[in-house]
Amino acid sequence: MDPKHVIICRCSDVTLADLIALFEQGYQTFEELKRIKRVGMGPCQANTCGKMVQWEISKYFNQPLEEVPFHNMRPLTMGIKLKEIMEAKNREE
Amino acid sequence: MKNKADYVIIGGGISGCAIAYHLADFGAKNIVVIEKEYLTSGATGRCGAGIRQQWGAKMNCLLAKKSVEFFEKAQEILAYDGDIEFKQEGYLIVGSDQEEDMVFKTNVALQNALGIPAKRLTKEEAKQIVPYLNIDNVYSATFCPTDGHLNPFTTTDAYYKAAKRLGVTFYTYTEVKDIVVKDSVIQKVVTTRGDIETGVVINAAGGWSKAIGQMVGIDIPVYSENHEILVTEPVEKMQGPMVISFSKNIYCQQTPHGAFIMGRSDPDMPEGLDVSSSHQFLDAMAKTVTELLPPVGELRVIRQWGGLYNMSPDHQPIISGTKKLPGFYMACGFSGHGFMLAPMTGVLLAELILGKAPTMPMEELSLERFDGKQVITKEKSVV
Repeated sequence: MDPKHVIICRCSDVTLADLIALFEQGYQTFEELKRIKRVGMGPCQANTCGKMVQWEISKYFNQPLEEVPFHNMRPLTMGIKLKEIMEAKNREE
Repeated sequence: MKNKADYVIIGGGISGCAIAYHLADFGAKNIVVIEKEYLTSGATGRCGAGIRQQWGAKMNCLLAKKSVEFFEKAQEILAYDGDIEFKQEGYLIVGSDQEEDMVFKTNVALQNALGIPAKRLTKEEAKQIVPYLNIDNVYSATFCPTDGHLNPFTTTDAYYKAAKRLGVTFYTYTEVKDIVVKDSVIQKVVTTRGDIETGVVINAAGGWSKAIGQMVGIDIPVYSENHEILVTEPVEKMQGPMVISFSKNIYCQQTPHGAFIMGRSDPDMPEGLDVSSSHQFLDAMAKTVTELLPPVGELRVIRQWGGLYNMSPDHQPIISGTKKLPGFYMACGFSGHGFMLAPMTGVLLAELILGKAPTMPMEELSLERFDGKQVITKEKSVV
């Protein structure tokens, strides 16, 4: 299948062809890919694409999968409205 | 890895990359940039992505104005194949009381005198610029239309790629462990991947710049502190300018991509290198933004993080060499706004290193300005 038609990151609309282009330019780690292409930085926070990105890095650079660092996961684990956070805090007080 | 270089730059954030580019652009050769993780892994990639010229201290105004002039043409000058996502839709600074309005008056007079097109606004005029701004607790505002936004990752990438084309060598995931000095002459930089002989070291290590100074026995009067920030899901365009308030402790902007980025400071934050996230920040941020910009409260937070401000005694940067050690230069102490000042950081330090006439006087940016003196003009317009 044409890598241009393989969607890796649905949130940020990143294809396999985009990833390969970045690999070819020398961007090699998940953290670098994230910052240049926003892969894994959308509403799902790489819950959907994370493993695929790790797998593609492994394949392209011939690196054992378990040695490819996963991206740095940050809070929150799911999207929450700012207003709901404020209201929950107000109820606590 | 190269074992010799004419110039070794420590730090692969926007400052290090801009210094590398401008040195190379002036014709310098054998330049190496050393970064302990990936480019933008420090404060650059953690910043609020804002570009502001509305400052209360003269040097910050001048550096910011000249930097904006560069950013306006950066995409072409750096011949970047990506998008630096430059947006000039202004910074709207809102104040809470008459006292703050008096500060605005002084600041705008200074800014206008330096050619920055800022103006004071009534709260009703502010509401015309951001219609959903809640002005119940707003007294007045200032606005500069040429302030705005830039993507920190792609802007740094643009400098990096341009510098690389000019022959600069970058070593990422390489950490500086020591700098060897003998009889007041720099000998070499010791890294986790080998030693590099050099006579010139440029400290652009941001949050770690004090530690780099200590390696050569230079005490740089800076400290680092964690500032937290969050980002929402991307949505259709709803806000043009950055909305910021020093008294309300908030900055909040919508990026061209659609996500909102916002932050505030914790006055009780201890000094240190911690960059962790806290629920206290999330609670306080949610309350502040929902009260000031109610529709933004409807957006989902998807991620939060922290980054280091490297604070100087007067909250203006140190872009300087030092008489104590020839060949040692520094660009640090940006106090939370190194990203937006990077073009001038790069130009001025490259001029200083290469002995060229400076684009603007640099005495007030020197390390020596703090020697045995009381800080006179302190920048107060910092969130």
